[in-house]
Amino acid sequence: MPSLGADMESGLLVEWRIGPGDRVSRGDVIAVVETDKGVIEAEAFVDGTVEQLLVEPGARADVGVPIVRLAGGGESNGPAAAKPAVPVDGSEGASPRVRATPGARRAAERAGVDLADVAGSGGRGAVTEADVERAAGGATPEGDEERRRRALRRSIAALMARSKREIPHYYLAHTVDMTAALALVAARNAGRPPGERLVPTALVLRAVALAAREVPEVNGTVVDGGFVANERVNVGLAVAMRGGGVVAPAIADVDRMDLEEVMSRVREVSGRARRGLLRSSEITDGTITLSALGDRSVEEVHGVIFHPQVALVGAGSILERPWVRDGRVEIVPTLRLSLAADHRASDGRRGGAFLVRVARLLESPEEL
Amino acid sequence: MSPDEALQVFVAALTEVAPEVDAATLDPDVDLFAQVDIDSMDLLTVLEILRERTGVDVPEDDYAALATPRLAAAYLAERVEG
Repeated sequence: MPSLGADMESGLLVEWRIGPGDRVSRGDVIAVVETDKGVIEAEAFVDGTVEQLLVEPGARADVGVPIVRLAGGGESNGPAAAKPAVPVDGSEGASPRVRATPGARRAAERAGVDLADVAGSGGRGAVTEADVERAAGGATPEGDEERRRRALRRSIAALMARSKREIPHYYLAHTVDMTAALALVAARNAGRPPGERLVPTALVLRAVALAAREVPEVNGTVVDGGFVANERVNVGLAVAMRGGGVVAPAIADVDRMDLEEVMSRVREVSGRARRGLLRSSEITDGTITLSALGDRSVEEVHGVIFHPQVALVGAGSILERPWVRDGRVEIVPTLRLSLAADHRASDGRRGGAFLVRVARLLESPEEL
Repeated sequence: MSPDEALQVFVAALTEVAPEVDAATLDPDVDLFAQVDIDSMDLLTVLEILRERTGVDVPEDDYAALATPRLAAAYLAERVEG
């Protein structure tokens, strides 16, 4: 069982995506695991052929316990001598092909209800928690969703408290004229169907990635108290989950993609993260994070750095403001950027250079 | 398409993206973003579903015309043929 966060102790195996005899490559999704942070698609760490699945769906396994044996790759996710997973009492494995909300899967597990037997009333026929409760005849203890929320809130609080306790934050802010960036988005989106449109956050993500390559002191992680810059730029995108909570799945190699690719990744990742479904690499591989508030929110956000990273860029809602250009005051769309950075890795001068570079890229969006 | 039918189509698309939305308690005259947890990415998904189902492609400049469920339904009803 992989560790999908510093405070994770165990995970519930929801379903297998592989079976004995299957070839898997590093990065393939092999299982769906549920943690306090939501439902996570666990990826293989190594290549190999599946010999044996060591944990049944519905069973809980401690971090470090092997969950699968691969030929040519050894056992995945922990030492071979670790104790076997203990099945959760009375639970049945969730049916993999039934569309259901994470809350419904939990409720079904608790009530011993097979999701395949439940008529779904949610979007695209998805089984909801209420459907499961009806099917179980009220047997499901109430407040399962509430318990999930509390667990998620505790998990966020623990992570943020650790960041605030251990990371010597400093903060910078800067305002960017978004006229050119919005013109680029509008021109690019004209005549395109909604499914192919860009949102300004994709431009900000790309600008952050390019600037992070130029100022490596903001891109990486602290390991054993010392900063290690990362050659890859994997930008975590803070996403508000439905029903509360925030996650920051990493989008890998944003510095090496074009805007179209960035946008399609943003769409795919945020769509999953909104529903609380993440991949293990998205949780562990981030090198810097962007918290973009999107439309209809406030003008500025001062973020908490996502441990063990060293920088978080905040982007407020794009708002019209009076702006001085060539000695005249004009009304222009502006974006308030902020940087929370770790003094163990950089200081204000380099942090400022980074934020100015992000601003310049957004003001000359053809470079994105 | 009648405004009532258009409203049903719109709410169906909305609940696909935001499964927690209860069609019964959705107020057709209250700002969508004030009563439903959707972000700009979710909105694009809703618009894509509407385009697939009705053929109506809402351009970016018209987003404001979809401010409430009733306004969105009127917008669709006007543009769907038949």
